Amino acid sequence: MTRTLILLRRRLIGSIFVLLIVVIGTFLLLESAPGDAVDAYIASTGGDAGMIELLRHRWGLDQSALTRLANYLWALLHLDLGQSVTFSRPIREVILQRLPNTLLLMGSATAVSFGLGSALGIYAGARPGSFRDRFLSIGSLAVYAVPGFWLGLVLIIVFAVDLRWFPIGGIESLASGKTGLDRAMDIASHLVLPVSALGFIYLALYLRMMRAGMAEVWRQDFVLAARAKGLSRRRIVLAHVARNALLPLVTMLGLQSAQMLGGSVVIESVFSVPGLGRLAQEAVAARDTPLLLGIILTSAVLVVIINLLVDIAYTVLDPRVGASEASA
Amino acid sequence: MSDVTISRRTVLAGSASLLASTALPTIGLAQTPRKGGRLVVAADSEPRNLNSAIVASNGVFFISSKIVETLAEASFDGKDGLEPRLATGWEGAADGLSVTFKLREGVKWHDGKPFTSDDVAFSALQIWKPLQNLGRTVFKDLETVDTPDELTAVFKFAKPTPFQLIRNALPALSSVVPKHIYETGKIEENPANNAPVGTGPFKFAEHKPGEYYRLEKNADYWGKDQPYLDEIIYQVLPDRTSAASALEAEEIQLAAFSAVPLADLDRISKVPGLKVITKGYEGLTYQLVVEINHRRKELADLKVRQAIAHAIDKDFVVKTVFLGYAATATGPVPKNDPQFYTADVPTYAFDVAKANALLDEAGYSKGDDGKRFSLKLLPAPYFNETKQFGDYLRQALAAIGIDAQLVNNDSAAHIKAVYTDHAFDLAVGPPVFRGDPAISTTILVQSGIPDGVPFSNQGGYKNDELDALIAKASETLDTAARTELYKEFQKKVAADLPLINVAEWSFISVIRDTVGNVANNPRWAVSNWADTWLEG
Repeated sequence: MTRTLILLRRRLIGSIFVLLIVVIGTFLLLESAPGDAVDAYIASTGGDAGMIELLRHRWGLDQSALTRLANYLWALLHLDLGQSVTFSRPIREVILQRLPNTLLLMGSATAVSFGLGSALGIYAGARPGSFRDRFLSIGSLAVYAVPGFWLGLVLIIVFAVDLRWFPIGGIESLASGKTGLDRAMDIASHLVLPVSALGFIYLALYLRMMRAGMAEVWRQDFVLAARAKGLSRRRIVLAHVARNALLPLVTMLGLQSAQMLGGSVVIESVFSVPGLGRLAQEAVAARDTPLLLGIILTSAVLVVIINLLVDIAYTVLDPRVGASEASA
Repeated sequence: MSDVTISRRTVLAGSASLLASTALPTIGLAQTPRKGGRLVVAADSEPRNLNSAIVASNGVFFISSKIVETLAEASFDGKDGLEPRLATGWEGAADGLSVTFKLREGVKWHDGKPFTSDDVAFSALQIWKPLQNLGRTVFKDLETVDTPDELTAVFKFAKPTPFQLIRNALPALSSVVPKHIYETGKIEENPANNAPVGTGPFKFAEHKPGEYYRLEKNADYWGKDQPYLDEIIYQVLPDRTSAASALEAEEIQLAAFSAVPLADLDRISKVPGLKVITKGYEGLTYQLVVEINHRRKELADLKVRQAIAHAIDKDFVVKTVFLGYAATATGPVPKNDPQFYTADVPTYAFDVAKANALLDEAGYSKGDDGKRFSLKLLPAPYFNETKQFGDYLRQALAAIGIDAQLVNNDSAAHIKAVYTDHAFDLAVGPPVFRGDPAISTTILVQSGIPDGVPFSNQGGYKNDELDALIAKASETLDTAARTELYKEFQKKVAADLPLINVAEWSFISVIRDTVGNVANNPRWAVSNWADTWLEG
């Protein structure tokens, strides 16, 4: 237990610096993009010089970039994410509304890709070089090579437009008034296609990693020893070969969660899922700096938490990890 | 052959008088509209402010025009192209200093309070004139609004203001909002800006950001038996391909404003139950324009501008970029405008040889590499078609030895580059013609506009004659004389080419054939849909 706590403390201190760098970096990046929130706004409305000046003043854009950054950081210190000019609402509220959708989408997709990917990987890796191994490896590579949005569109055309098994998009039926289990089922049916599109692409990654790892482990001496001991093949595959090949997958899981947030921008747009990815895209187009910073901070915190969980999982899966700190 | 011609318009006018109703049948005999049903419509964006009195733009109107009404709406066959809404009559004084509106009786706001002339006075003086993107220009001389009784509003102007302009501005610029809701606090921060309260056939019910807007039937609507629909839902579909899929999957019934890309229309028109409709946008014409930075010495030369105009094959643009869903342009007023358009202007036929000759004459001969000079070309990113035309223009210019470098930006960056920084030589823009040249057209060529004003002359063009003509037209009260001045204006613009008008286009709707009373006015997508109905 103490091992985990030490890890936690070390990670938290590191994370604060990471987050600060992320915030300042994003701010400067968006600041150097041409055009500001008012330019983005008047692109759709038009307006005269007086109105433009009025808007710049009202949205605080007549202050210098440094003042705005300082104000933002000061507010952040008080855990205030500020006000979105795009939505005229507190940013915390806007993000909290979208976050569950992204988490649901990302979580399910990760579970599918990790679960199914490693299971298939074990199946393929149990007999490296066999027909089923070749088939799965090549098949998964083919899926991995497909761009996510294209897979999404194909799924929509086949399963939503032609077969009409699933809805084409959204997170739930519009203003349906459903509650409880009905609503959960409704959301689940809306998630099938986007989760498949997002999950299948990363599935290949886990499958191939698992398979490659197992192919490696098969050659180790302890596998020979296990065989000599007369263990069943099933036991050798699961308890000895697969478990040892699992560790890199867990590392991958942490890294990939960050990537999944990025991948969901595209999938969220294609499937009209109101999540964080789409919000980020809108924030950039509208040059809504505080909103984008809020989203990036949220994602960064999310990634930090997931990686922390991965580290903790590591200490459980592999007793060697963190042993030095515990004894110190 | 018989010389009796029956135009669509006369048939409609006849049936309208027979029915004595605003509900015109779209096909053949009138089917009896059914009550009830939920209409689901694709929306590609979520406007940050739904108050159409402040933001008079199509994105806002698309949703808010069902909730908040204007004094009058555009009409195919009403007098002066108008149909009464909150005002039942309007009359301009001969001296141009006042306009009297008679207001509709028995109209209630969605919260139950009565609608009166006070609301009109408040909207005009506190919102349209000081805050509205377009009203700040049109109503700049509005001084007071007298309210002799609850149903009369008299607009008083400090300077003579053409009644024709005020009339033409009514459909887009006259959204009336309730005084009792807006009189306390800052108008720009009023919560009703995101949950509007109006007098329209539908009430604002809810907005789930990123998912949908829901409007509910207003049971107390003033229109007899209207509205027919129980509910309208705007489903937010940000991806351009999803509107077409949603229509095919029968999840939505209408995709307006060309939400289905032009390239998909041919395929989708063959899907049983779906119709492609080009009508209903006549009052919302977009113009494809080449904006020119006259600060570049080459472009300040009229011969060079003429050469560029000759280098553009407008027919090809209409056929290839717009797939036929557009018309070629001759000048700054679109051909489909019933009041002002004149074809009697200098034209520039597609003629590469002539363009090359003009450039040689101007003294810009081809170098050894076949190039005369280089230009920076910035196509506006708002429409696929403006971007595609940018690609075409680059090739067309290459054919006459002008090397154009394309610079692609997103909206915010494009606005800043063109209208504030003037960091362009040529730009492709889509200005909107709003029924009267004085609303948003003359500003495209007029001089003396401060830096940073979008969709205005930021190319440094100055022509005293043209400025004088625009000024004269803005104070000419007689409709015929004013119209004549704007015809003169079109001739001058086409002759001197402060910008080059290439094409004019409107939008396309794709709709289920179960939806009735569609596209029955020139601003249908942004009108109130009180008479729209759904087959059971």
